[in-house]
Amino acid sequence: MINRKLLIALLAIGLLAPLAVYPVFLAKLLCFALFAAAFNLLLGFVGILSFGHAAFLGTGGYVTGWLMLNSGLTPELAIIAGTLAGALLGAVYGKLAVKREGIYFAMVTLALAQLTFFIYLQAPFTGGEDGMQGIPRRALFGLIDLSNNTVMYYLVLAIFCFGFWLINRTIHSPFGQVLKAIRENEPRAISLGYDVEKYKWLAFVISAALAALAGGTKSLVFELASLTDVHWHMSGEVILMTLVGGVGTLFGPLAGAALVVTMQNYLSGGELGNYLHIIMGAVFVICVLSFRSGIVGQLQKFKRNNF
Amino acid sequence: MSGLLDINFFALSGQLLVGLINGSFYALLSLGLAIIFGLLRIINFAQGALYMVGAFAALLGLKYLSLSYWQALIFVPIMVGIFGMLIQVFLIRPIANQDHLYSLLLTFGLALMLQGIFTHLFGSSGLSYPTPEALKGGTRLPFMYLPNYRAWIIAVSVVVCGLTWWAIEKTKLGAYLRAGTENPQLLQAFGVNVPLIITLTFGFGVALAGLAGVLAAPVYSVSPDMGSNILIVVFAIVVIGGMGSIGGAIITGLAMGVIEGLTKYFYPQASSTVIFVVMVIVLMIKPSGLFGKEA
Amino acid sequence: MTLKKQILTAAIAGTLASAAMATTDGKVKIGVLADMSGTYADICGPGCVVATQMAIDDFGGKVLNKPIELISADSQLKPDIASAIARRWVESEDVDTIGGLVSSAVTGAVTQVTNNSKNIALITGSASNGFTTKACSPYIAHWTYNVVALANGTVKTMVGEGKKKWFFITADYAFGHALETVSSNVIKANGGEVVGSVRAPLGTTDFSSYVLQAQASGADVVALANAGNDTVNALNAATEFGLTESMDIAGLLVFSQNTKAMDGNVAGGMKLTTGFYWDLNDETRAWSKRFKEKHGEIPSMAHAGAYSATMHYLNAVQKAGTDDADVVMKQMKTTKPNDFFAVNAEFRGDGRMVHDMLLVQIKKPAERKDEDDIYKVLKVIPGSEAYNPMLDECNFSR
Repeated sequence: MINRKLLIALLAIGLLAPLAVYPVFLAKLLCFALFAAAFNLLLGFVGILSFGHAAFLGTGGYVTGWLMLNSGLTPELAIIAGTLAGALLGAVYGKLAVKREGIYFAMVTLALAQLTFFIYLQAPFTGGEDGMQGIPRRALFGLIDLSNNTVMYYLVLAIFCFGFWLINRTIHSPFGQVLKAIRENEPRAISLGYDVEKYKWLAFVISAALAALAGGTKSLVFELASLTDVHWHMSGEVILMTLVGGVGTLFGPLAGAALVVTMQNYLSGGELGNYLHIIMGAVFVICVLSFRSGIVGQLQKFKRNNF
Repeated sequence: MSGLLDINFFALSGQLLVGLINGSFYALLSLGLAIIFGLLRIINFAQGALYMVGAFAALLGLKYLSLSYWQALIFVPIMVGIFGMLIQVFLIRPIANQDHLYSLLLTFGLALMLQGIFTHLFGSSGLSYPTPEALKGGTRLPFMYLPNYRAWIIAVSVVVCGLTWWAIEKTKLGAYLRAGTENPQLLQAFGVNVPLIITLTFGFGVALAGLAGVLAAPVYSVSPDMGSNILIVVFAIVVIGGMGSIGGAIITGLAMGVIEGLTKYFYPQASSTVIFVVMVIVLMIKPSGLFGKEA
Repeated sequence: MTLKKQILTAAIAGTLASAAMATTDGKVKIGVLADMSGTYADICGPGCVVATQMAIDDFGGKVLNKPIELISADSQLKPDIASAIARRWVESEDVDTIGGLVSSAVTGAVTQVTNNSKNIALITGSASNGFTTKACSPYIAHWTYNVVALANGTVKTMVGEGKKKWFFITADYAFGHALETVSSNVIKANGGEVVGSVRAPLGTTDFSSYVLQAQASGADVVALANAGNDTVNALNAATEFGLTESMDIAGLLVFSQNTKAMDGNVAGGMKLTTGFYWDLNDETRAWSKRFKEKHGEIPSMAHAGAYSATMHYLNAVQKAGTDDADVVMKQMKTTKPNDFFAVNAEFRGDGRMVHDMLLVQIKKPAERKDEDDIYKVLKVIPGSEAYNPMLDECNFSR
């Protein structure tokens, strides 16, 4: 159930924000929020921890970027193609990974993502360590010029809303109910006759596709796709965002991404840049030790107890 | 040209040697992971960071305490082991009853912090540690030049891994450990202090990482990200060998080093991916890993 | 107008101005984007900030009657991070020009941003010749050196000495690729041969397997087409595996800091090309002494280049009476740079600053008076011989 008032308020903030804040920063924030929301679909609603989601983010970015550079496709088609590529990779990796559970699943996804990293590092089309530079934004549908940052931001906002809606829809569908049943008690779900592996696999593919959607959008915003997006640190970062925001809550990933991206923005480019990893690590440790329900989870508890 | 038969033995044996050295580090680190996993059912993501701490400890010991390489070889693993035990007691034990994924995330956070702290203090470019005088130079073998220190690494790794395997599989102490894995409650009922055993085991697994760090200092430059680069490969090795299998970790570690070396000779482009490819193949055929029991 | 209205108008005007980018607010703000803690930190990291600040101070701290601002950030040698910082600087923080810029991958990403936003990039640490050829732009000023000058100095000399067969250990990104390509051309043009090459990632610490490949190649010379700590580490591995006993090593890009970090017994005698050496004449010694007092180290050519480029830029702003990038760039190109660093110099229409280069030889430990006495200057290579000719399509002064 979504609080309608909250949703409208958030949307209003989203629409008005570029008047006050640098649009590229906002667009980055939303890309990561979508990425974290996609990740949360797995961790929060199926209960499986993927430690390799960067592979999908990066794939989306590279495929979208490559198409923008080398074909005449309009941005929306390039993003769709990037998303499909992510879904395809997710389908393959999902097949390999869903056989295992818990920590094993995390290890396998991590190793598969690292395989992807090394392939992208060496494949000529990604530009290796140089990154894929100078990706043009061009015009949406061939009509709306995206070179203005504010226009670009509104596209990102629209994509984010779509992704968010899709995740919400998935969770509340019968399919989503089965996923939750698996999370709560997997043996019971099996004994009820559900093909658990297939459900997990499908959720994995949806999550991978949405992560790739975020990656493709991000590569347009920054006009650049690079190995950072495929590196395992990125897989760790998305876990952090979700954990801080609140695992298994709808708005948690948004809150977590907002916090982490803002933090990175403030810390980078100053003397404090060196402390970034230390602080992120510390946040991780604190969250795990005593703040496991995250910001949004805590707020919900607070609300339940006080109203 | 006679194709594949036209093998340059100088280059091939060299690459195999380099592979075996890398394999020695893989074996030491995955052995530590396997011991910890076997008893605590957690993946210690900080293993790589502690390996890095070991290397830095040797370097700083030399610089500020004039701790020789040989002294470092003894004291640094003990120090890192104690550090590990503190981590286990104060951070991991409180969440022992939670999902094991949380301890994975906790150690991941620790790894980030350690790496961040060392980057802040020493920069990310890497510092060099001198090769100990007694192990300088090399031997000219018929078809290659073998630096003495590299031979030493392999010897130490094989001996340490062998002793550890023997201690766990063949001694009474090892029997306790294995019993603790199978049924901690029962073992506790027999009057064995299980929490203490867990802490000591964690300390030992981590000390192995510290030892690997000291061994690595003279050959790899000592840098804050040295651990994170090697750790992911070690994870893949643990998956290939079968989680928690002591012998599996050692054999797979060394074997993967050799396979990497072979790939470097025959098809260098694939050398960084080959281990992950092997992992995918193993997973398709035997999801529990080569030496793992069915989960 | 009420205060509220004024603020609103100002805000709208501000937004419009930033949308049009390339603000000409008359206030000069220089951003130094460098590698503060990585592999190239010694070459162009905090030192480049110090050198730029020295130029600002020597200029008087003010231009067009307004104080000159300096900000700096760590590129972490990652193109995406550098690109995002550059974008934020020029789009929302009114930075006029970005200096420092080490690592061609980073510089490539940053110049994509600055070219679009019409801000000047003062490249002082990167080597790729692409910035004045295939990726040339009217907003690029490439100072200090480039791969062509390095190859024409070191490689040509060595091939001339009869070292015909070459093997490359190349840093696997834009700079290494460019250096290898350009050097290979020089080798072939002078009757030599390239027998093989291997690419190592930036920041490799263990070069042993690459060294073994080089050893098996049967080359006369193993060329290190990398820089910074990569060069130092590669040389160490080569020594460990006995490669230096049978083959020559050519460091194609060696900065003074790297020379100091190398084992003098191994590196002694090696020839290399540099854009600057502190101990060349009274002028360079005087400046270097001041730099060392502030930074604690003798300057690398990138440090000296950062000073020289900043100075030339500030002089042009003063003379042009504006910080408008097009006007300033035109002014920069009409005046010849002339200081302790830019000798017999010309700032060409393609953005290449051409100046005299030095062919030097690393001194053996016994020859050194003190720790900073590292090079013997063999000859001065005139800029016109060292650098690539200007491409017609890149001449923006027409």
